[in-house]
Amino acid sequence: MSGNSAHNMSLKLKIWRQKNSKDEGKMVDYTLDGVSPDMSFLEMMDTLNTKLVKEQGDSIAFDHDCREGICGMCSMMINGQAHGPEALTTTCQLHMRKFKNGDTIVIEPWRAKAFPVVKDLMVNRGAFDEIMAAGGYVNVNTGNAVDANAILIGQENAELAMDAAACIGCGACVASCKNASAMLFVSAKISQLALLPQGQVEAESRAIAMVEKMDELGFGNCTNEAECEAQCPKGIKLENIARMNRAVTKGLFSGR
Amino acid sequence: MSSKSSSSPLNSVTKKQIMGITGLLLCGFVLTHMLGNFLLFVSPDAFNKYSYTLTSNPLIYLAELILGLIFLSHIFMAVKLVLENKRARPVEYHSRTKSGRGSTLASSTMPISGAITLLFLVLHIINLKFGTHYDTEVGGIIMRDMYRTTVEYFQDPLHVLFYIVCVATLGVHVSHGFWSAFQSLGLNHPKYMPKIKFASFAFGIIVAVGFSSFPIFCYLQGVK
Repeated sequence: MSGNSAHNMSLKLKIWRQKNSKDEGKMVDYTLDGVSPDMSFLEMMDTLNTKLVKEQGDSIAFDHDCREGICGMCSMMINGQAHGPEALTTTCQLHMRKFKNGDTIVIEPWRAKAFPVVKDLMVNRGAFDEIMAAGGYVNVNTGNAVDANAILIGQENAELAMDAAACIGCGACVASCKNASAMLFVSAKISQLALLPQGQVEAESRAIAMVEKMDELGFGNCTNEAECEAQCPKGIKLENIARMNRAVTKGLFSGR
Repeated sequence: MSSKSSSSPLNSVTKKQIMGITGLLLCGFVLTHMLGNFLLFVSPDAFNKYSYTLTSNPLIYLAELILGLIFLSHIFMAVKLVLENKRARPVEYHSRTKSGRGSTLASSTMPISGAITLLFLVLHIINLKFGTHYDTEVGGIIMRDMYRTTVEYFQDPLHVLFYIVCVATLGVHVSHGFWSAFQSLGLNHPKYMPKIKFASFAFGIIVAVGFSSFPIFCYLQGVK
C-alpha cells in the first residue's frame, strides 16, 4: 500500500462475527492503525485480516472476487448502507479516503431470510441463482451465430436492455430494502430479456415464473421506497419494477 | 418456465396491485368526502341537505357496503404484506442509515400511518355518524341536524387537535400511496412519473389542509 503515511488513519471497527450458519453470532470490536486513504475498503479488510492472523490465527470471512466493481461478489453493509456511503459504488471500489481518522465503522452481512449467513460477512446468495433458473433465460434453439444486425433492435430498447443488464446480482437491493424484497434484481433480469426481440416471446410467462420463485424463497414485498435504486451500485432503475409489474399483469390475463 | 395454469393469481406483484387499486379508490372517497364537507362553509342548511340527500337514498347501503369491502381489502392486504415483510428479514441490522436518495418519511411509515388512520376512522364514525342526533327542518322536511352534531363535537379543543393530527397523518399516508399505486400498476414513465409524484405530494397537502379546515371552522363557529 502506497500513500503518505502521515495521512494514515486509525479506525474503530465493529464487525459481525459468526462461526457458521448455526452460530448465533455477535458484533466484535477491532481497532486498526495505519489505514491509508488510498486503500480500497477490501484492502483495509485484508490489512485487518493480516493483523488478526498474526495475532489470533483467525481471519474474518468476506466475499470478493474481481475487485473491479463488476463481478457482484463483494457485499457488506457498511455503516448501515449496502456497499457503504458512496452512491453507485461497490465495496471493492469504495476507498478509505471516504472515511476520517478515528471513525467507527460498523460492518455487517446482508440480512435477509433468503440470504442465510454462511460465515462472518459471507451470505449464501444462491436464492438469486434459483430465481434465474426459474426463467431468467431465453427458451429457444439459437442455432449458429447469426449476423450481428440480422435482427434490428431500436437504439432506445438496446440501451434500456443494457442498463438492466448492468445488474451484477450482488444483492444490495435486497440488503437495503426494508422488506428484504428482491424486486429490483428480478425486474432487471426480466427487463434485460423482455426489451429485446429474442426475449419478448416469453416475457410474461418468464415474469410470472421468476416472481413466483422469488416469493417462494421468502423475499419480502416491494413498498416502492426506492432505497434499492438509491443503494444499487449499478444504478438499476425503479422503472424496471414497473415493467415487471406490467408483464405479470399481462401474463395473468393472457396466459393459459 | 411454469405455465400460467399452475400459478396462483396472488403473488407479490398482484398483492401490491390490490393495495394500489383499493388505495386509489379510497383516495377518490377521501376527495369526494372532503368536497362534500366544504358545504359546512356554505350554510348549515346546505350541509344538512347534502347529508340528508346521501342518507335518504336507499343506494347508500350498497355504496357503504362496497366502500367497506374496499377498506377491508386494503387493510387485510396491508396486514398480510407487513407480516410477510417482517418474516423476510428475521435478523435486523445493528446499524441502519438511509441513503437520503430513496426512502422518505411517508414511505417508511406507511403501516403506522395506516394504523393511525384506521383508529381515526373508527372513532370518527362513532363520534359523528353515530354521534348525538338532532333534528332540524329544512324546506319543510325533517332531517338530521348533522351540522349541529359536527359543530358541537368540535367545541372540545382536544377533538380539534386529534382530528388535525389524524388528517395530517392521512395526508402523509396518501402522499406516498398515491404515486406508489401507479408504480405498482406498472404505470411508470420517465416523462410522467415526476408529475405523478408531484400530484401525490400535492394531494397529501390538500387532504391534510382541506380536512383540517373543518374542525377549525366548527370550533370558531361555536354553539349558537
